[in-house]
Amino acid sequence: MSNEIAPQNSNETKPTNSSDEQEIAAAAVQAELIKSELKAEYKELAIQGLWKNNPGLVQLLGLCPLLAVTSTVTNALGLGLATLLVLICSNATVSAIRHWVPKEIRIPIFVLIIAAFVTCVQLLMNAFTYGIYQSLGIFLPLIVTNCAIIGRAEAYASKNPVKQSAFDGLMMGLGFAIILLLLGVIREILGQGTLFDGANLLFGEWASVLRVEVMQLDNQFLLAILPPGAFIAMGILIALKNAIDSHIKNKKVVDTEQVIERVRVNFDS
Amino acid sequence: MAFWIASSPHNHNHTKTPNLMRLVIYATLPGVLAQWYFFGWGNLIHIGLAMATALVCEFTVLSLRKKPISHELFDGSALLTALLIGICLPALAPWWISVIGTMFAIVIVKQLYGGLGHNPFNPAMAGYVMLLVSFPLQMTIWQPPLSLVAVDLNFANTLTTILTGFTVEGYSVEQVRTSIDGFTMATPLDTLKTNTGLGLTVFESIKNPIFGDNFALGWEWVNAGFLVGGLFLIAKKAIAWQTPLSFLLSLFICSFISYSLNPDSSASTMFHWFSGATMLGAFFILTDPVTGATSNKGRIIVGLLAGLLVYLIRTAGGYPDGVAFAILLCNMSAPLIDQYTRPRTYGHLKGDK
Repeated sequence: MSNEIAPQNSNETKPTNSSDEQEIAAAAVQAELIKSELKAEYKELAIQGLWKNNPGLVQLLGLCPLLAVTSTVTNALGLGLATLLVLICSNATVSAIRHWVPKEIRIPIFVLIIAAFVTCVQLLMNAFTYGIYQSLGIFLPLIVTNCAIIGRAEAYASKNPVKQSAFDGLMMGLGFAIILLLLGVIREILGQGTLFDGANLLFGEWASVLRVEVMQLDNQFLLAILPPGAFIAMGILIALKNAIDSHIKNKKVVDTEQVIERVRVNFDS
Repeated sequence: MAFWIASSPHNHNHTKTPNLMRLVIYATLPGVLAQWYFFGWGNLIHIGLAMATALVCEFTVLSLRKKPISHELFDGSALLTALLIGICLPALAPWWISVIGTMFAIVIVKQLYGGLGHNPFNPAMAGYVMLLVSFPLQMTIWQPPLSLVAVDLNFANTLTTILTGFTVEGYSVEQVRTSIDGFTMATPLDTLKTNTGLGLTVFESIKNPIFGDNFALGWEWVNAGFLVGGLFLIAKKAIAWQTPLSFLLSLFICSFISYSLNPDSSASTMFHWFSGATMLGAFFILTDPVTGATSNKGRIIVGLLAGLLVYLIRTAGGYPDGVAFAILLCNMSAPLIDQYTRPRTYGHLKGDK
């Protein structure tokens, strides 16, 4: 026994310093690892939200407001910002209380949280941007039922820490808002030939200088303003995204093939 | 020496798409000529514009899709679509109406769905409905027959009206459409609808000069022209006789019932047959082999449904004529109708046994 203890002691006494150093080094390495992992996760979250898993283009969630209110850029921007804000806040809150929420009743709780934030946004918009509040109409309170928001709460925020969840909310919201904006731009230019028409409703009086007359149209192109135009424009956007994806994929395949060829040449020689 | 034995079918049909399309284009000639005689050059100019646009759009999309261009560009289907759009448009509509309509019909309704043979909706009618929904003002400036127009609408005048909105002498479209009495003239269908809405009886409203001596001045001859062309197509077996027959019969029955119940506020059966786009729709659009039903029973059902819808839209709807809407609705229901009217396969009992 003593034989066994002695070497241990000698071992312990001598390499304590080195083990401390090792520990510190290991901790540093681990911290570095965690940092880089976090970085990679943030990057992944950004790519997922903005491109690969875009709520508008890929998940096709929240199509109802997406198609209904994008007849002008201002409306699209208003709804995009409102959704972004609700998404960040609800993701952060859901993530913060995730340890105390019973699994069985999580959905009603999520809905209540989202509804609370939507009410806040709605009251704020009613107070400060009354014009846009009126033109968004029912679609502002309907953010509660936007599947993209409850989807993120359920799929990501309820399992991950607050910071990442908030960042996820930001990226998903941005992805959604960008698609809303794109649709708004296409439909407003085709429909009435302007951009940022009525921006003063959202940003205040100074913003009326933002209005750009792109084309002089004698009469509106009603199809672009009516919902069918939104469906057609949305379909074209999705097709464009898929075309870019398949283009990138084809390019990648060619690249790897080239690499393999080079390796084989080296092996032979 | 051994004979090469081929399996059935031994009797081949040598009709190719370009031949069929050319035949249909020729068959529209009587109707188009009648249109030219009664309404002037407007529709011919629109047909030309639409055909040029259709060829350019078809060429662009086919080269984007990397399809055999020379083979598909001249199969006549795009030209036929353009022709039908040009026939349907109001004669004095601005030039961009036919350009936008044809672009929409070829690029979105036909090519985006996969090209000829894959489009669920008739491209010409979808393009027309898109125009009607998007530009209600331009799509309702119907020109009255030439004999009622005070301005001399020769080729140059019509061309400048379509391009700039004014004739060479400087009359606007609205002035051209105004009769000597100062009333703006619409189509017979439109006038009848407005008048019955105002409480006039049909008998009172058909005294308006645009109704002419028979049913609808000019329009009756255009419709008769398309009827002749359609009968020619049936005789050539280019289209099935079931669809137009059941469509016309259904429209006849509907209008006959309402006319016999209430002759004061409903137009006669022949008025429904020979005004608006009835004959064009019956023989040239509803019989589209791609978007219509394929079984004989299905064709009869589609025709009946279309006749009922045309009658309902004309009498109870918001638009004066409903052929385009009725045909799009029938296109939508055609796959389902085909599903339920599958003919019995030879050698099998009824019901997939």
